[in-house]
Amino acid sequence: MYWHSFQEFIAMGGYGFYVWSSFGITFLAMMIELWALKKRRQRIAKMSNEGTI
Amino acid sequence: MSGLNMDTVKAKNGINWLKYASPKTFYPLAGRLIPWFSAGAFLLIAYGLYLGLLVAPTDFQQGEGYRIIFVHVPAAWFSMFLYLLMAGYAVLGLVLNAKLSYMMAKAIAPTGAMFTLAALVTGSFWGKPMWGAWWVWDARLTSELILLFLYIGYFSLQSAIDDTNRADKASAILAIVGAINVPIIYFSVKWWNTLHQGASVSLTKAPAMAAIMLQGMLVMALGFWLYSVAVIFARVRCEILERDNKAALLRQEI
Amino acid sequence: MASIQQGSRLSTFAVLYRILARDILVAMRRQSDVAAVFFFFVIAASLFPLGSGADPKLLSSMAPSVLWVTALLSCMLSLSRLFASDFSDGTLEQMLISSQPLILVVLAKTFAHWILSGLPLVIIAPFIGLQFNLASESLQVLALSLFIGTLALSLIGSVGAALTLGLRGAGVLIAILVLPLYIPVLVFGAGAVTATTIGMSPQGALSLLGAILALSLVFAPLAASIALKIALE
Repeated sequence: MYWHSFQEFIAMGGYGFYVWSSFGITFLAMMIELWALKKRRQRIAKMSNEGTI
Repeated sequence: MSGLNMDTVKAKNGINWLKYASPKTFYPLAGRLIPWFSAGAFLLIAYGLYLGLLVAPTDFQQGEGYRIIFVHVPAAWFSMFLYLLMAGYAVLGLVLNAKLSYMMAKAIAPTGAMFTLAALVTGSFWGKPMWGAWWVWDARLTSELILLFLYIGYFSLQSAIDDTNRADKASAILAIVGAINVPIIYFSVKWWNTLHQGASVSLTKAPAMAAIMLQGMLVMALGFWLYSVAVIFARVRCEILERDNKAALLRQEI
Repeated sequence: MASIQQGSRLSTFAVLYRILARDILVAMRRQSDVAAVFFFFVIAASLFPLGSGADPKLLSSMAPSVLWVTALLSCMLSLSRLFASDFSDGTLEQMLISSQPLILVVLAKTFAHWILSGLPLVIIAPFIGLQFNLASESLQVLALSLFIGTLALSLIGSVGAALTLGLRGAGVLIAILVLPLYIPVLVFGAGAVTATTIGMSPQGALSLLGAILALSLVFAPLAASIALKIALE
């Protein structure tokens, strides 16, 4: 482990905002993609049940 | 598959690949594979984050800020790779006239665009502390931006055409034309950079790599790859269902 | 007059010439369309100094970009008409069925588009360049780069026009599809002029521009004719 304390880890040598924003936004983008896919799947299921498109 | 007898193909090869070219048979196969790819993606990304955030040492020049490369570079790689893969399926679709190929191309696009956006945003967050500006027109970021425009073009064309058949083929042509242009665009942007800035400046140049840094990036890249496959399979399954429903509806009306 | 023995098989050149002449004649009847491209260029180019102030040094430094982008947009504006009029009256389908290869048809029509939309810009741009305080050497390179470049733009644009044939909102859609593909042409075209203004040789940029033209000549009509077949089936 490179870090000596949790505070150091979060601070990222002063670049904390930039590093965590980057990882956070990438992670968020992937989550949104998965969520959108889930919504699409639900829509298909709903339409199949109703017998319409 | 006219002219080809399924049984003879199977007898020759042992595995009947052609069978899976049909959406109907690909659907359950993809469904079985998704959990494995998802699990693999989760593990690899977790391991990659461990390597990149917890194990890798600091960079001499860029300090801790360099760690952004562990998402920025894999995202950039995949934004490009997925576009080429999309174009590859487009070629396959046009040559084989296989619906599934077109559907795969269509399913790849959103993930590719997502990675392009991620690459641009992380590139911005990397550039701000290093070079003082939220956006710098360096060759890599500018090429990424143009790649995003190519994705946007693909989506726009798809949504403008109602007829599925025409939409498939037209967007296939567009994807191929775009793919051929990607190296030309990249080259021209590098040239442009040199002309207007003197020396070739690379904002997002990765630091000299310690082995552990490279390893972290590769692990993340592999994780992104498995993630992409899982998501694309899930999306193509949605596409298969939607087209099936649409066809059923048309049959009903007739 | 082709004799009955020769049949209706015209030489390649004759076909190209006929389609080219026809397109130009048709366009000449609606002169306002042709003039519109011209006027757009002149008016749009003058917007930039109005937007940024008329400092001569500023103008001459932004001139290559402004003039090239405005020319590019002018060229692009008339693209949706490239196949549309023939499509709406059924001529295009006839061309598809006829024995003449579609690629030739596309090539001829694209060339006609260039004569109507690109060539006028090559002629007028140096005069507008004077308004931007460009030196005569730069003006020459401007004209040359536009000559080569607008031809490439018409070729690349024909693919966009073919893909969007008959779609609603085709005009804006063409822009979204085609502008990213225009970027290399813009980079080398404007780059040639910029190089000249800072005292470098424009040869490198112009050669690269020529290479792109050659590539477009080979690939664009092919892609456009495939796209037309897709649009018409």
